Amino acid sequence: MRVYGKVGRIVALTASVGLLAAATACSGATSTGDGESKTFVFGASDDPKTLDAAYVSDGESFRVIFQIYETLVALKPGTTEVVPSLATDWKVSDDGLTYTFNLVKDVKFHDGEPFDAKAVCYNFDRWYHFKGAQQNGDISYYWQTIFGGFATQDSESAPKTSRYDSCEATEDSVATLHLKQPSSALLSGLVLPAFAIASPKAIEEGGTDLAINGDSIAYTGGFGTKVVAGTGPFKFVSWDRGEKLVLAANETYREGKPALDRIIFRPIADATARMQALQAGEIDAYEGVAAADIQAVKNVGQVVERPAFNVGYVGMNQKVPLLKNHKIREAIAHALNRQALLSAAYPEGAEVANQFLPPSQWGYNNSIKGYEYDPEKAKQLVAESGEKDLKLEFWYPANVSRPYMPNPQAVYESFAADLEKVGFTIVPKTVPWTPDYLQSIQADGKGQLFLLGWSGDYADPDNFVGTFFRETTPQFNLTDPEIQGLLNKGLAETDQAARQKLYEEANQLIFDYIPGVPFVHNRPLLGLGKNVSGYQPSPVSLEYFKLVKIEG
Amino acid sequence: MLRFVARRLLQLIPILLGLSVLLFAWVRALPGGPAQALLGEKATPAAIEQIEAQLGLDRPLWEQYVQFLGRAVRLDFGASLQTGRPVLEEMARRFPATIELAIAALVIAVAVGIPLGYLAARRYGTWLDSVLVSGSLLGVTVPIFFLAYLLKLVFAVQLGWLPTAGRADPRAYAEHPTGFYVLDGIVTGNLPASWDALTHLILPAIALASIPLAVIVRMTRASVLNVLHEDYVRTAEAKGLLAGTVTRRHVLRNSMLPVTTVIGLQMGVLLAGAVLTETVFAFAGVGKFMADGIVARDFPTIQGFILVIAVSYVLINMIVDLLYGLLDPRVRVS
Amino acid sequence: MSIAEEAPPGEPTSPNGVDAVAAEQPPARGLRGEAMRRLLRNPMAMVGFALILVFVAVAVFAPWIAPYSPKDNSWLSQVRPGAYPGPSAEHWLGIDPLGRDVFSRLVHGARQSLLIGVVSLTIGATVGVFLGLLAGAFGGWVDVLVMRLVDIMLSVPGLLFAIAIAALLGQSLTSVMIAIAVVNVPIFARLLRGEMLGQRAADYVLAARSLGISRAGIVFRHVLPNSFTPVIVQGTLTLALAIVEAAGLAFLGLSGSDPSAPEWGRMLTDAQVALTSAPQLALYPGLAIVLAALGFTLVGEALREALDPKLRR
Repeated sequence: MRVYGKVGRIVALTASVGLLAAATACSGATSTGDGESKTFVFGASDDPKTLDAAYVSDGESFRVIFQIYETLVALKPGTTEVVPSLATDWKVSDDGLTYTFNLVKDVKFHDGEPFDAKAVCYNFDRWYHFKGAQQNGDISYYWQTIFGGFATQDSESAPKTSRYDSCEATEDSVATLHLKQPSSALLSGLVLPAFAIASPKAIEEGGTDLAINGDSIAYTGGFGTKVVAGTGPFKFVSWDRGEKLVLAANETYREGKPALDRIIFRPIADATARMQALQAGEIDAYEGVAAADIQAVKNVGQVVERPAFNVGYVGMNQKVPLLKNHKIREAIAHALNRQALLSAAYPEGAEVANQFLPPSQWGYNNSIKGYEYDPEKAKQLVAESGEKDLKLEFWYPANVSRPYMPNPQAVYESFAADLEKVGFTIVPKTVPWTPDYLQSIQADGKGQLFLLGWSGDYADPDNFVGTFFRETTPQFNLTDPEIQGLLNKGLAETDQAARQKLYEEANQLIFDYIPGVPFVHNRPLLGLGKNVSGYQPSPVSLEYFKLVKIEG
Repeated sequence: MLRFVARRLLQLIPILLGLSVLLFAWVRALPGGPAQALLGEKATPAAIEQIEAQLGLDRPLWEQYVQFLGRAVRLDFGASLQTGRPVLEEMARRFPATIELAIAALVIAVAVGIPLGYLAARRYGTWLDSVLVSGSLLGVTVPIFFLAYLLKLVFAVQLGWLPTAGRADPRAYAEHPTGFYVLDGIVTGNLPASWDALTHLILPAIALASIPLAVIVRMTRASVLNVLHEDYVRTAEAKGLLAGTVTRRHVLRNSMLPVTTVIGLQMGVLLAGAVLTETVFAFAGVGKFMADGIVARDFPTIQGFILVIAVSYVLINMIVDLLYGLLDPRVRVS
Repeated sequence: MSIAEEAPPGEPTSPNGVDAVAAEQPPARGLRGEAMRRLLRNPMAMVGFALILVFVAVAVFAPWIAPYSPKDNSWLSQVRPGAYPGPSAEHWLGIDPLGRDVFSRLVHGARQSLLIGVVSLTIGATVGVFLGLLAGAFGGWVDVLVMRLVDIMLSVPGLLFAIAIAALLGQSLTSVMIAIAVVNVPIFARLLRGEMLGQRAADYVLAARSLGISRAGIVFRHVLPNSFTPVIVQGTLTLALAIVEAAGLAFLGLSGSDPSAPEWGRMLTDAQVALTSAPQLALYPGLAIVLAALGFTLVGEALREALDPKLRR
């Protein structure tokens, strides 16, 4: 058959499709030109939940909120030191029940409303009068941590009493907080973005409705999703969920207009994909540089590290009979090759942990040596323990990256192999991080061995060891009068030197008891483009984009 | 013609009903039942009881099914466990992205697949034929997500020709009245934005096109081979018609019929494949939302996604059948 | 995501769109021998056979071929982030980011893949063939019922169907196998019913019926054996798909419960984390999946072509 006539034309057609693709390809790379306007694109791992600060406690929401709103007191960049912000100075009464804040003057919210003592008290009263679903522990987590309960107790899980009494606008620029009980953590707590002061008009006009359906929360109000107004260096512009969230410089910011004209938050869930986006110049910065990607990021930009203000640990639930045996716990501590894991899978700055407290936090006990990696000793301890059935469930969270644990599955696989080498039989258990994992481990105490960790919110040892062990929590099920007594004493004590001694003592007891094996204090990494400067990493992950500059 | 359409529409009813039964059974079989799936693991017994009463789970099964059907018809799948917003709203927002991607993939598959398939048939038995056939077999055996990663690594990261992620350059300004980004650029008179959206489509679309492309190549080849053996082609040749005329008049036109069917069927493959491709390219479509939903065990979303995709799949197939009828009068008669 | 799922609801074309003409007539012995000869002359089929042979041999003899246990992480101390020891005399394909021997994991992974493929095929084909038999043998309302069910199952794209089932059953190898098996059921059911319908009117069936042989007797002694060839063709293609589909499910987090167990799809997915610094770690399992699936596809397609009388010259 000789019917080849049209083949040539068809081939040409195919070729031209290819050419079209190539032509398109070439132009794609040139679409980033932006003239003089300085735009900073941050590769986030997810969208914020909402920009209503009082409703959230997650890092992605806080990162954006931190740029738009301000709090009464703030952190000195890169530290955990409390410095003035919307309050220029403050006085605490001797009984610790009255806080008088002198406020900055002539400041306006982004919607043009004046910032004054009334606005401050409006916000505090709003939080205190949270009702129903708003009292859910996930929604008003930080209010409950710092102030306790609400005007009324609508939810069984909400604290019964509140430390908050009232807020009084004594003068236009003086706000006075009255407490029912003193709290040593109050000022450190007020730096959290959850206590950001928002425009009362925006709150009222936008609306703050919530709809709770099981674990899912719908922010049905317009405030925080459509209407957003704070006093911060950047103003909310637009939010295209899943694609980008845009902020613009606040021209009238009280410290002067920031160097950046625009900030764009772009959600890319996967850390490798974020790295590739940085390589391609599509983003200027991202959080969560994998240890294996450090060199690749350095080739196109910079890697900066946050101070190690966290701890990752293998928890051991004392409800489990096998884990009640001290020899078994000791065996596990000696079986885990923590250094090998950190050298292989963590960035260089990561340190093997032996206490549930980072070394930079006062209260850390410098005389504790740590558990040696010694599989032979572990085997011997297992033999001495007299236990025959060495089967344990080992829980790890799926598809999540935490500051202390960039890749939980890798940690699990490594530790499980270590434990099987000394004779344990490990049964893997994995569920998604939220809500299942946290719920299973922290609330239901389903874990036997489990991976978890903590990133400090503020610089107080109680924020670490107190959270874990002061009370009997479902995750550890540890009831030890001595440890718990020391930790409660530490919280009540007001003398700094005495507190430090108490916490050091408690850390020794915890180390001896082995309710879990801390394995890492990690230094979380951020990747930045070559032309980015002024990015100041923060131990508590709150970084000021108003300090960031971008060249070219 | 109208009667043909009506009959095809009637035939849809049992399929859709059956599908709803299947989905109903699926929801009932979820660990802990539908109330637990709605509430998540934190659900207290009291909350579960309340929801069960609300959903009517204490009523007889058939009554529950009727209720389920009522909600399904209104496309009410409840709230997504990931975002707390209605699944329908979440899907509606993301659907244009996926459709845009699927169309781009289909265009690539057809534009490349038909000429290659035709070429293979015309060179039947030669090395070119073998290469094309083996290549198309390879196309169905490479996992889509693996291909997507490779494409991204080479063309976006190493060569830097195309963007690595997303639907548009975040720095560029664009408005999105329709949600179809390429179209939006044209509508708003912002052609650079269309161009930008197009560049973001290319890599995911190529990855997504791999399977349909392979299938279309082989389908076209088989179909053209069949037609070439038909008597009328031989007759035409014998009558001394020019080779080109034979091609245009008979071979291509007649061999396109079965290919049309296959193209329609590939829409289903494309929509399912979007779950994998969109994830690799952080492409904010329904596929990625579904993939995230699997990780988060967002059952309302999975349920809604399956129903919507299945219904569109069935509808597309019906439309293809109708088209087929238009192209081939024999079908209409039978 | 398959070459086998495109059968349109309500349209009795064969799964691949190529008319299953071969099936319409009972293949005589001579024809089968002829097909075999053509198969053996087809270089694609030979490559396919070779690939299958290697794959199956590796899977079966994995413990003897692999030098180390796939979970042994003794070489962790040699690993640094982004720098994974490459091929050496002790470790033919190097060491993975968690200090394990890549070659041993790859070899053991063949086992898992073959297991998933064979088990899901066996379940899917058995149930599908049974349903197809029912429909074809009884006709009438049984046929209508079964075929409606098949249409419904085919109205959900295969991968999506598998995802729904795997998500429902939770993370385990069993749920992956069941999910893939369920997707295969309608394909085999439709295939076998088509076969039965084609053969019902065949001379030998009519002859048997006139001799008074029972319906069951005709079905099991005559029709079923004659329908075997297309089932084998489909089965070969299905095995390939099962391997690829299992990888897709693994990518979405739906795979075995033990992350350390060597499974190609999972290895490929996990390797994405180190794609920049160690692309070979993704390439090995990726190639393994492609080659194994390609082996079955080549043989399946060659078989189909060999049996298609239209393509005979």
